Amino acid sequence: MITVWAVKIGVVLGMILTSCAYLIYIERKLAAYMQDRIGPNRVGPFGLLQPLADGIKFLLKEDVVPRHCDRFLFYMAPSLAIMTTMLAFAVVPFGPTSTDPDEWQFVIAPGVDVGMVFIFAVGSLAVYSIILGGWASNNKYSMLGALRSSAQVISYEIPLGTSILGVVLLAGSLNLEDIIQFQASNGFLHWNLWTQPLAALIFATSALAESNRLPFDLPECEQELIGGYHTEYSAMKFAMFFLGEYTHVITISFLMSVLFLGGWHFPWIAEVGSHYNGVGAVKCGVLAAKVFAIIIFIMLIRWTIPRFRFDQLMSLAWQGLVPLSFFNLAFVMFAKQFNWPVWVLTVASLALLVGASALNGMRLQRRLRVGSVSSPALGKI
Amino acid sequence: MAISEKDIVWVEEPSIGLWEAMYLPAIAGGLATTIRHVFQKPVTEEYPEVKPVLPLNYRGVHRLNRDEQGRVKCVACMLCATACPAHCIDIIGAPTPWEDRDKYPVKFEIDELRCIYCGMCEEACPVDAIELTSIFDLTGLSRQEMIFDKDKLLSVYDKTVQGGKDPARTTRGVLGPASENLVPAERMAWPIDELPSSQVNS
Ligand code: SF4
Ligand code: SF4
Repeated sequence: MITVWAVKIGVVLGMILTSCAYLIYIERKLAAYMQDRIGPNRVGPFGLLQPLADGIKFLLKEDVVPRHCDRFLFYMAPSLAIMTTMLAFAVVPFGPTSTDPDEWQFVIAPGVDVGMVFIFAVGSLAVYSIILGGWASNNKYSMLGALRSSAQVISYEIPLGTSILGVVLLAGSLNLEDIIQFQASNGFLHWNLWTQPLAALIFATSALAESNRLPFDLPECEQELIGGYHTEYSAMKFAMFFLGEYTHVITISFLMSVLFLGGWHFPWIAEVGSHYNGVGAVKCGVLAAKVFAIIIFIMLIRWTIPRFRFDQLMSLAWQGLVPLSFFNLAFVMFAKQFNWPVWVLTVASLALLVGASALNGMRLQRRLRVGSVSSPALGKI
Repeated sequence: MAISEKDIVWVEEPSIGLWEAMYLPAIAGGLATTIRHVFQKPVTEEYPEVKPVLPLNYRGVHRLNRDEQGRVKCVACMLCATACPAHCIDIIGAPTPWEDRDKYPVKFEIDELRCIYCGMCEEACPVDAIELTSIFDLTGLSRQEMIFDKDKLLSVYDKTVQGGKDPARTTRGVLGPASENLVPAERMAWPIDELPSSQVNS
């Protein structure tokens, strides 16, 4: 049993690290194509060996530790960053699982009943690495980045958690495997994306903010903060921050596909009842394809939407996402209590979205009419 | 002068409707733009493999022109060295061994590292002896190497003439007040008798 676990952990770690390296390559290529450039093409055919070269560079570079930093915390921050994000993977299923313990389980720790809670608990620990990194660097830019990050992560944790509560209520379990099972056994139209579109939107937005990706990458926005919390980090320690961040992206993509896109389920080819040779591999492939699609989407978003201003970021969370996710949760509770059909939830989600937009439109319109020139930090007039 | 009332156009900020306030349509539109660009041809020029073709009026490395007998055309009048804002031209003149002019440069050096490629020298030259070519990628391993002497500057002339890369001004007829047009007719931009008369030296 122990060896099975060890092998699984080893394989998953290796997979994550390799895919991180190549995701960075893909992101650079994609970013280049989006800007009508070519991207890395010097190392190996099509630049395919670029991640390798980068890895070697990270290992061989001089590792500068500034003299005025808090050494212990300075060293701890990057290791925390990579540890917490990797730990969250323990309960994320990357393929089909079953309740029968004799069957092969595509998850490191099968049957964890508090799966979601675990991921959130460990995931929010990641902000410690950022705060510690920023604090220990003893540098004002790093500190500002870390402060922004803590405010941002704390704000976005609430809509993130509330948005998935609806999903959890519908499935009746916090276990990610059960949530997939619930969607898979009810068929394509019961994917949570269709019954909970608003929750999916809120989840995607907050997850982007949680992982400090553009358009929410204020903790490390180059124009204002040089590098943000990792300004003072170099060589492998910087690489660890980077890897942690990318692993976070992979994790949220997994969560997104598990919670809202039915996990390994796909009509006809990967159903609950499908029994043919290699069905497990097909299911893994389906999940991987969904995850990959979401990651590509995240990269596309990165080069599409400009960065938010800090007050916009905060007002989006507290005035937009938090109330919306609470309303959504309330609707799910009603639906569960009175046994409403699921399409009611879809309609309710869309109605909430349109209603919120109307309110927002009126608010913006009022601001235009007043001709407000006041600083947005002072709030609306 | 005050702006008259009828010249002022007052514009209103466009109103924000439900559609814009939803943000999502705008984001979808943005995504469409981004995706469209993914499939567009990159504009990147892969420099060392693909060299750009620069316009012939580009101001790059200098050349010293030759007259019809292949001698240096410069008369060592020092006008270019005087005009040069970077003081990077160093000339030592001497009486010529030839019948048709008094002086020629025994030493003519341009410090290409100090030059700012302003083109003052070619404008100052009364006999159109110095010109800037469209050669831009000059490199060297030492500072000394980048100080171009007379032979090197003359070899730039040979190279550009052979490569058909005469600077634009070469083929515009006579520009300097004491210059003679020595450029053969087939190298000219347009027939010599169509040039403005002020540019044709009698
Ligand atoms: S281009 Fe300008 S700086 Fe260079 S040598 Fe001529 S006058 Fe001097
Ligand atoms: S201005 Fe012309 S002729 Fe006079 S020294 Fe310079 S290159 Fe020679």
